[in-house]
Amino acid sequence: MRNYDIVVIGGGPAGLAAARSAYENGCHSVLLIERDTKLGGILNQCIHNGFGLAHFGEELTGPEYAHRAIEEMRETASDVDILLDTFVMEITPDKTIYAMNKEDGYFEISAKAIILAMGCREKARGALAIPGTRPAGVMTAGLAQHYVNIDGYMVGRKVVILGSGDIGLIMARRMVLEGAKVLACIEIAPQPGGLARNITQCLEDYGIPLYLRQTVTAIHGKERLTGITVSEVDENYAPIPGTEREIECDTLLLSCGLIPENELSRKAGLAIDPKTGGPFASQSLETSVPGIFACGNVLHVHDLADNVTKESIEAGKAAALFVSGQTASTAQEALEHPKEFPRKVVKPADDSNSGSHSMIDNDAEFAARRMTCIICPRGCQLSVVLSDPPVVSGNSCPRGEEYAIAEVTHPMRTLTTTIRIRKDDGTLSRISVKSKGEIPKEELFELAEKIHHTIIDAPVKVGDEVIAGVIATSAI
Amino acid sequence: MKYDIAIVGAGVVGASIAYNLIPYDVSVLLLDKNNDVAMGATRANSAIIHAGYDPKPGTLMARLNVEGNRLCEKLCADLSVPFKRCGSFVLAFSDDEKNTLQELFERGEKNGVPDLRILDAEELREMEPGIGEEAVAALYAPSAGIVNPWELCLAQAEVFVRNSGTFENCAEVTGIRHEKDVYTIDTSKGSFEASTVILACGIQADSVHGLIAKTDFQIIPTRGEYFLLDKSEGSKVNHVIFQCPNEFGKGVLVAPTVHGNMICGPTSEVLKEDIEDTATTSAKLAEIKTKAARSVNNISWRDNVRNFSGIRANSDNDDFIIREIPGNKGIFEAAGIKSPGLASSPAIGPYMVELLKASGVPLPEKTGSYDMTRKKIHFSDMTNEERARLVASDPAYGRIVCRCEGVTEGEIRDALESPIRPCSLDAVKRRAGTGMGRCQGGFCGPRIVEMLISYADSAACPCGCTKLPPTYLSILQDAEGSNLFFTRETEVES
Repeated sequence: MRNYDIVVIGGGPAGLAAARSAYENGCHSVLLIERDTKLGGILNQCIHNGFGLAHFGEELTGPEYAHRAIEEMRETASDVDILLDTFVMEITPDKTIYAMNKEDGYFEISAKAIILAMGCREKARGALAIPGTRPAGVMTAGLAQHYVNIDGYMVGRKVVILGSGDIGLIMARRMVLEGAKVLACIEIAPQPGGLARNITQCLEDYGIPLYLRQTVTAIHGKERLTGITVSEVDENYAPIPGTEREIECDTLLLSCGLIPENELSRKAGLAIDPKTGGPFASQSLETSVPGIFACGNVLHVHDLADNVTKESIEAGKAAALFVSGQTASTAQEALEHPKEFPRKVVKPADDSNSGSHSMIDNDAEFAARRMTCIICPRGCQLSVVLSDPPVVSGNSCPRGEEYAIAEVTHPMRTLTTTIRIRKDDGTLSRISVKSKGEIPKEELFELAEKIHHTIIDAPVKVGDEVIAGVIATSAI
Repeated sequence: MKYDIAIVGAGVVGASIAYNLIPYDVSVLLLDKNNDVAMGATRANSAIIHAGYDPKPGTLMARLNVEGNRLCEKLCADLSVPFKRCGSFVLAFSDDEKNTLQELFERGEKNGVPDLRILDAEELREMEPGIGEEAVAALYAPSAGIVNPWELCLAQAEVFVRNSGTFENCAEVTGIRHEKDVYTIDTSKGSFEASTVILACGIQADSVHGLIAKTDFQIIPTRGEYFLLDKSEGSKVNHVIFQCPNEFGKGVLVAPTVHGNMICGPTSEVLKEDIEDTATTSAKLAEIKTKAARSVNNISWRDNVRNFSGIRANSDNDDFIIREIPGNKGIFEAAGIKSPGLASSPAIGPYMVELLKASGVPLPEKTGSYDMTRKKIHFSDMTNEERARLVASDPAYGRIVCRCEGVTEGEIRDALESPIRPCSLDAVKRRAGTGMGRCQGGFCGPRIVEMLISYADSAACPCGCTKLPPTYLSILQDAEGSNLFFTRETEVES
């Protein structure tokens, strides 16, 4: 039996921040357990940018965010023990952890406190109960993301995205940049689910229509997907008979929500909040079982990784204070007055009619463009009159005006993709890359093609310029 | 090469026949048109080993059902196939239906079903607290059980192959010819010769029969749809819960599965056009919800893991059709194996062997020793101590690949090295149980793809079908044509 003061389960952004924070707050007996062979969790496959503005003060890709978070932990909490490729089988209310890996076999760990940081998983087809056949080509957007970004396998050519969650939107752009045709994004709600910036930069940039108040009501094709039936829905999200239409496609990616991954928590007897899908927690993020804390997406699904980091720093600190005896358990409070988590605020879109939704209004008479500001998560609805100079309204700060003018005159984007790399043993692998700074939007495809046809040689570090204008965001 | 016996169809019936021929010194070929065994009704059914009170007394079905149920426990133990004799209830929702229970009880007694009992409402709720309010009584059959149906098939087929049996996949029968003492079976993979042919063709039983003889029965392919709910629902019932057939139809069952999930279904719909159409429909899924809610309280449909449908080989004959085809010496069939076909299957193999002997097919007993058992590791069913010992002896079991079902790398390796090698993600799933859980392969899929590629032999598809070289482009979800990946080239039609 091994003993630790604090054991953190999960080595993604939540676990990394919690372990570091626990250490920094005086607990020097910390073990971090990760089931994958490397730290970083799902960030490793999220090769797109948009991370880090709040926590690191600059825009990063997922792998870069993971890299920074790992560095941060190594700098200030280098004595945190890490077990990779290790799977936690069970945790008990008395904080015994049963885990195993290939080297150590099946073993027990005793902890004074446990921090749960296992993240979340995607809703699969079953949870949506979409009728029809069960061909290849129907998968969650996150699974497609792994196949495309990590393995380098192309999952489809004619793609429809069901659900406008961020992963789905990101994958829509990814598939287009990899040469697929993305025919539609279909959302059952009257407003999109993902961030405004992703609607703009992943759908509108590529002319992918977003259909609101519609859903997939049948899946066709015996071996490989051949098409789907799409129907409009009423206010109760029930399909309206007579509104069916068919879309021919070979791939359907599901981006219909995330569910906190609480199988371990349930077995340990934690009370689960049916609203969030995660455990009930006190103000100090302690669950209903004394000494078991939770943070990140295992607790409730967050919009931004930065918010996960912030919350997990609190959880690490609370666990350290609990272990040192400076604070008493708040497990009872978790049940009686559970912490309320900000529910995702969904702004009703200005165009809430069913049918194709677009935030671009090309009304000749006004020659105006409407857009959602993507500079910060506030998402101001901007309107730009295309006069000379353009006149912007709806912004609440000067950055909004700047953004809107740039968008109508010379839109700039960061390209994120992967590149093939030849390892020392001669085999090919992939690393993630991004354009060096923003490039004109119309140059995205050209650069993507150039990267696609290039093979670079290992070793590569994060930040290396691997070909002209292209920066590595992961290492090999 | 000429075989002594060829079996067409590698479902649970064909596999049972092949398995029961192991003790005899004959060369046996097992053929299937699909790329794996258990691809028809065997893979998609209620997974119930019925007690045997349903079939009419005196029928072959009644006899084989009760006998198959009796044999199932030892067979599954011998083969490391999950089986649980959990017992079943038939619920009565009215006094009228109580009469039906009495009829079933009497039928069961005649058929030799052990320990049948009619329970009143109180006893019923004591044994199964989650039963719906309307239930007033139940027929209790303690001998009913649940099984992993495709593993029952696979295990028998694997042991058959291990004992020098031959399995050929992707071989769709296109013709059967008879010259002198030899049958020639023409297939999409070439021709095979055998002295004796046994047809076990499920929903194609009538059409394959028609290739060699006049068809005197008709298969009525009947589709049944299901919900498979998450393990959080699996503990809500501990028995198989049936409903009485009534004026609204046959009713649906609610049952635990051997994997700890809950299954609800099936519906019943005769397929007219595409007899292999295993789609599900919103209307039938809604019907299941309504009906199942009468049997068991508070089923959480949100916790659905998968919907599927299977096609039962019902026929216009009241009984199973297991015989030597009249006027065709040396050609046998097991046709119209409708429910309770799975439960009867352990007895169908031995019964067919008796038919062969009675007809004079030479079946000399093997002189050497042979092993009809199979050991398989089910890591998630082991105790902590057993796991610790296993991982210490073989580290491959120390890495979990499928986290929903707790399947280890070692178990997937075992599947990839098994006598009938898997050539698709679903074939690995059938062997190792990967991707069966709530995420449906969302996390383990990439890892299994990687293992499939690394285990494939460089010359051909691991199943031996010589289709495609084993790169990622040849990785299948399931059947031939269900390729998962495309090239990255920008070859998209506009």
